Amino acid sequence: MNMQAAPRQTIGAAPEVGQPHTRNESACHDLSIRVRDLNLWYGESQALKGLNIDLFQKNVTALIGPSGCGKSTFLRCLNRMNDLIPSVRIEGLVEMDGRDVNQVKMDEVALRRRVGMVFQKPNPFPKSIYENIAYAPRMHDLVSRKPEQDELVEKALRDAGLWEEVKDKLHQPGTSLSGGQQQRLCIARAIAVQPDVILMDEPTSALDPISTATIEDLMDRLKEQFTIITVTHNMQQAARVADYTAFFHLGEIIEYNDTKTMFANPATKKAEDYITGRYG
Amino acid sequence: MSQTFDEISSQLRKRHRRSARLKWISMGALGLAGLFLLWFFSDMLGKGLPAFQQAQIQVEVDYNEDASRMGRAALDPDLSRLVSRTFERMIPVQIRENPELLGTSETRWVLANAQVDQYLKGHRHKLNEQQVVLVDELLAEGRVELKFNTNFFTTGDSKMAEASGILSAAVGTVMTMLVTLAIAFPIGVMTAVYLEEFAPDNRFTQLIEININNLAAIPSILFGLLGLAIFINFFGVPRSSPLVGGMTLALMTLPVIIIATRTALRSVPDSIRHAAFGVGCSRWQMVRDHVLPLAMPGIMTGSIIGLAQAMGETAPLIIVGMVAFIPDVGASFTEAATVLPAQIFTWAGEPEKAFVEKTAGGILVLLTILIFLNATAVILRKKFERRW
Repeated sequence: MNMQAAPRQTIGAAPEVGQPHTRNESACHDLSIRVRDLNLWYGESQALKGLNIDLFQKNVTALIGPSGCGKSTFLRCLNRMNDLIPSVRIEGLVEMDGRDVNQVKMDEVALRRRVGMVFQKPNPFPKSIYENIAYAPRMHDLVSRKPEQDELVEKALRDAGLWEEVKDKLHQPGTSLSGGQQQRLCIARAIAVQPDVILMDEPTSALDPISTATIEDLMDRLKEQFTIITVTHNMQQAARVADYTAFFHLGEIIEYNDTKTMFANPATKKAEDYITGRYG
Repeated sequence: MSQTFDEISSQLRKRHRRSARLKWISMGALGLAGLFLLWFFSDMLGKGLPAFQQAQIQVEVDYNEDASRMGRAALDPDLSRLVSRTFERMIPVQIRENPELLGTSETRWVLANAQVDQYLKGHRHKLNEQQVVLVDELLAEGRVELKFNTNFFTTGDSKMAEASGILSAAVGTVMTMLVTLAIAFPIGVMTAVYLEEFAPDNRFTQLIEININNLAAIPSILFGLLGLAIFINFFGVPRSSPLVGGMTLALMTLPVIIIATRTALRSVPDSIRHAAFGVGCSRWQMVRDHVLPLAMPGIMTGSIIGLAQAMGETAPLIIVGMVAFIPDVGASFTEAATVLPAQIFTWAGEPEKAFVEKTAGGILVLLTILIFLNATAVILRKKFERRW
C-alpha cells in the first residue's frame, strides 16, 4: 500500500487499493486502466515503486509532483513508450480492457492506436497540416477514399479547436504554425485515430498563457469523448482541469484523490506540504 | 590586492602576442595551401588547354586507283608526310564504302600529323628543315592552322597522339559508375538503416561499426586485389570490364555511403520518431515514412561525394585490368573498357611528347567533372539544411 502513516484528517475509511481517497460524484467511474504493483527500473535504479491506481474513463486525471518523481515515466508505461529505452525493466500489471499491456502477445502498435500521446514540446510531422492528421488514420485503415479523409481531418481539427485558423492553409507545413497551434495540431493528430485514452505529458509547459488557456478548455471538451491523463508541473492547472489528481513523490503515489478535495483538504501530510508550497 | 587595468594589460601583452602569432601561422598555412593549388591549376591549364586545339591541314585528296590500295597515293607526296596517318588509313576504306568517289578529287581539311601540331604549338617537334619550311609556307597561305579539337571528345584512345580522345574512357567511367551506384547505394543505405534504427545496441553492433569505419580508410589498391581474387578468379567476371570495375569500386564506396547515411539518420531528431510511435507506427513505417524522407538530402550528399571519390580511383582498377588500350567505345558491361583516371595514367606513360598535353587535357576534364559533382553535393546540402 502507498498511503502514508497518520493522514492529517481522515476522510471516511482508508480507500481500497488503487481507488481515490474521495470520489468525485459528477465524474464517470467506468474503469479505463488498472495498475497494480507496477515497478520500473532504469538499469539499477528503481524509478517506480509498487504503484497501484485505477484510472477512470472520460475523466481528466492529473499526475502532479516534484521533478524526477516518476510522473512522466509512469505515463509512458501506459502506452509502452518506455520500450524505446533499452535499459528499462518493468514488473507489475498495467491492464486495459482486461488485458495486460506488457505481455509479449500484446502488439504495442495496437496499444498505441488506443492510447495516444501528446508530448511536452509540440512535434508535428514535417508534412502539411492535412497530412499530419490524415497519415495515421490512413495507415490504420480507418479511412480509404479522399472524401472520407477530408471529413476526418476537418472533424479532428474542429474538435481540437484549430479548424477556423487553418482551414485555408491545410497544405502548408505543420511546422509553420505557432507553438500553441502546433500543440493543438498534435492533439488533433492524436484524436484523429479515435483513441480511448490520450496521454498528455506537460502539454502546455512550453506555451504562452493564452495558448495554455485554450488547451485547457480543449481538455475540458475532449473529456466527453476521451479519457485524458495528463502530467503537469503546474498545480493550478491540475486544479483547473482535472477531475482526479494523483500526487507522486520519489516513484510512489502518495495520494490519489478528487481534485477539489486534494487541494482543499489533502489526506496526507506530504501532499499537503507540496500543495502549500513547502517544497517543490 | 586588486590590479588596475594598465597593470593587467601589461601582463597580458605576452599572451596577446602568442595568440597573434598563432593566427598568423594558421593564415600562413592556408596561404601556402592556396599557393600550391594556384600553382597546380595554372600548370595544368597551361599544359592542358593546348590539348583542346589540334592542327589541321588543307589538302587535295585525289581518289585514284592507287589510293584504293594505299591511302598515301591520294595525296601530294610532300604533304602526305604532314597528314595524320589515321586519315591516310581511312582513304581505302572510304573508297571501298563509297565506290562513286573513285576518280573524283576534293579539297578538304584533314587532321595534321602530331609533329606539325607540336611545331605550331611551339613545343619540341621532329620535323626536318624542309618540312618546317613547308609548314611555314602553308601557314602563310592559311592552309594549316590550329582548330578546336572535337576529336578529343568524340574518339577513343589511339596510337596516334593527334587522333586520341577520351570518349571511350568517358563512356567507360559512366558505365562503371552506374554499376558502382547500383550496387553500393541500396546496400549501403539499407545497412545503415538497419544498424541505426533496428539493430540492438550491443557489443556485436559496435564491433561492426568499428569495422566499417576502418574499411573506409583502407588503401584502395587492396580492394583491387580483392576484386582480382574473388570477382575475376573465383566468380569469373570478365577481366577489365565495367562490371568488375564497378563491383570493386562498390566495395570501396560502401563504407562511405554507410557512414554518410548513419550521420544523416542520426541528425533526424528523436521527437519525430516519438511522434510517429505515438500515433501507432511500426518501426519500419516510422523509418520509411518519417525518418528516411528527412534524411534523404544528407544521404544523397554523402553518396555524391562517395561517387566522386570512386570516380577518381585508379589503383584498384589497374589491378582489375582496366588499363588496356581501348580505342573503341565498349558496347556492354562485360566488354573490356577503361576509365578516365586509367586513361590519364596510360597517356602519362606514353613516350611521345604529344601525349603530354593529352594527359593534362584529360586531367582537366576529370577535374571539371569532380568539381561539378562536389559543387552539386554542397549546393544540395545547403538547400536542404533544416533548422529544427
